[in-house]
Amino acid sequence: MSGPLLEITGFRLAFDGYEGRAQVLNGIDLRVEQGETVGIVGETGCGKSVLARSILRLNPTPPARVLTGGIRFAGQDVLAMDGPALMALRGAGIGMVFQDPQTYLNPVFTIGSQLADVLRAHGLRGRAAIRARSLELLEAVRLPEPAALLRRYPHELSGGMRQRVLIAQALAGSPRLLLADEPTTALDVTIQGQVLALVADLVARFGLTLVLISHDLGVIGAICRRVVVMYAGSIVEDAPAEELFAHPRHPYTRGLLAAVPDLERPTQMPAGIPGSIPSLRDPPGGCRFHPRCDLTMDICRREAPRLSGTGHRTACHALAPNQDGYAQVRP
Amino acid sequence: MATLRTILRRLALLGVMLGGLVLITFTVSNVAPSDPAALAAGPDATRAMIETVRHEYGLDQSLPMQLARYVADLLRLRLGRSIQTGNQVADDLARFFPATMELVLLSMLFSVLAGVPMGLWAAVRRNSWFDHAMRALAVSGVALPAFWAALLLQLVFAVWLGWLPTSGQLSVATAPPDPITGMILLDALLRGQWAVFAEAARYAVLPAFVLALPSLAAIVRVNRAEMIEVLAADYVTAARAHGVAPRRVIGWLALRNAMLPTLAMIGLRFGWTLGSTVLVETVFDWPGIGLYAVNSAIASDFKPVMGVTLAVGVTFMLTNLLIDLAYGWLDPRTRSA
Repeated sequence: MSGPLLEITGFRLAFDGYEGRAQVLNGIDLRVEQGETVGIVGETGCGKSVLARSILRLNPTPPARVLTGGIRFAGQDVLAMDGPALMALRGAGIGMVFQDPQTYLNPVFTIGSQLADVLRAHGLRGRAAIRARSLELLEAVRLPEPAALLRRYPHELSGGMRQRVLIAQALAGSPRLLLADEPTTALDVTIQGQVLALVADLVARFGLTLVLISHDLGVIGAICRRVVVMYAGSIVEDAPAEELFAHPRHPYTRGLLAAVPDLERPTQMPAGIPGSIPSLRDPPGGCRFHPRCDLTMDICRREAPRLSGTGHRTACHALAPNQDGYAQVRP
Repeated sequence: MATLRTILRRLALLGVMLGGLVLITFTVSNVAPSDPAALAAGPDATRAMIETVRHEYGLDQSLPMQLARYVADLLRLRLGRSIQTGNQVADDLARFFPATMELVLLSMLFSVLAGVPMGLWAAVRRNSWFDHAMRALAVSGVALPAFWAALLLQLVFAVWLGWLPTSGQLSVATAPPDPITGMILLDALLRGQWAVFAEAARYAVLPAFVLALPSLAAIVRVNRAEMIEVLAADYVTAARAHGVAPRRVIGWLALRNAMLPTLAMIGLRFGWTLGSTVLVETVFDWPGIGLYAVNSAIASDFKPVMGVTLAVGVTFMLTNLLIDLAYGWLDPRTRSA
């Protein structure tokens, strides 16, 4: 197949509430090619989870509302899909891993029953076949004693085990793309590493395309080859991981990297970014980052910058080349 | 194993509660300012005759003595004698209780089978006209007094439209089926007497509906609220994200979680319904223990009233034990506790 596996163009999404409309996603442009590993990073509330859910059309409408733009997966228009096509997209096209293994497993059903439900949704029939495939999936996520596990309930499992079960569920439909929304955030640090290693291993083993969402640059740097930085509903920078960590361009990305604690100098507090994330109901005009930025120019207050460049894209007026072909401000 | 232990523990607790119930009903019956012996002896009885009756029923003894004798009788499943009917209360109960259970079971069956799907659909189609109708039902069903609803329905369906009989359990011309369970509908069904079954069903519709109305309203309300909450739960989102069909997600994965509080409500409503039969049976002249209790109470005949109270109490406790066991089956988290 030619063309990108996932293509999001000019996607704008709002939530309508009593206090007015919140512009949660403000023109997202993102292409993910088959086989890529893409990390999406940003602060809490920047819209990364909403973006992930939009891809599977999981945001409840209302209050969510797509204003403009499109999402295509493997050439198909996601926003135009009817019931059966949508159910096939979910699980068989894209497998989703969620944040909190505590709440994303149904408390009153056994692990086996929940896996069986997903497998049946993807057309598998027959007790023996379902059981065999369930055991295969639990083994794939390296859970010990999978046969006994099938009869256990979520509350009898540790957080790490539950997250592995969630990953097994996401893999049950043999998806092409794995969409992981903060898969390690709710876990102990020691378990985080194991789960990340597992995800990286599964991606390699099954030839999956990965979109990993996290607020943690370390998590993303560990397994993603490309990093997308989001701020207040927009993508502000998109670059190969090594390039981004070595030469971050956007002022927000640089602030984000400076905020990572330095283990070499543990007594020194990391630098933060002054100010706080803007209200999405009444966002600042122009570039949404301009009130917190130290490169602000007049144009930043008037006009939202477009994501531009090839290979290493940024959305910043100060970095955009002027007529002479040079960035207006040297980062 | 754990289940067996739970049952045994609950049965022991049931004994304690029964003791309390006996004590309360006994006290209340005996502080009532009336002389059952005088009533039983009749209006023309002499003082000597009244004293004879008093002695015969043991009413001349001290209260603690009477209580001790009552409890001793209870342990042998003897509930005393009814002054009104002259029968053993236990025998009367055995005769009247099936009719009441028939009515209660019918109305509970109806309120659960109708209430759970109605609450579910109202939650799925939130803020639709159906949802608004269900909310109106939830308020009016609880607010309407049973006797008023009963009279109104009798007026409309029995008097004006003539579709259904006004009261009773069967017409006088129809012989009830030979008892197996004592419940006419069930017995007619078991014996294959379809004509009797159809007639009994027509008699049961109105009283069962009146009795069911408040429970229906309560079940709709609880199930609707629980479904709304559960449908927003993370595990429901996850099931959707994994491609599970909406029907399966709503009708099984979500419903089973929402059923937990609904089940507790059903248990409570069962007890409430048993108690309400007193009113409904009186209005519909339904020969159950409610009517029996009312007739006895009017005659200051307290042994039957106490017997009915105990029977209702035991049934309620056993029902809630069953509900708790069902809870354990539905919710694995409560099993080890």
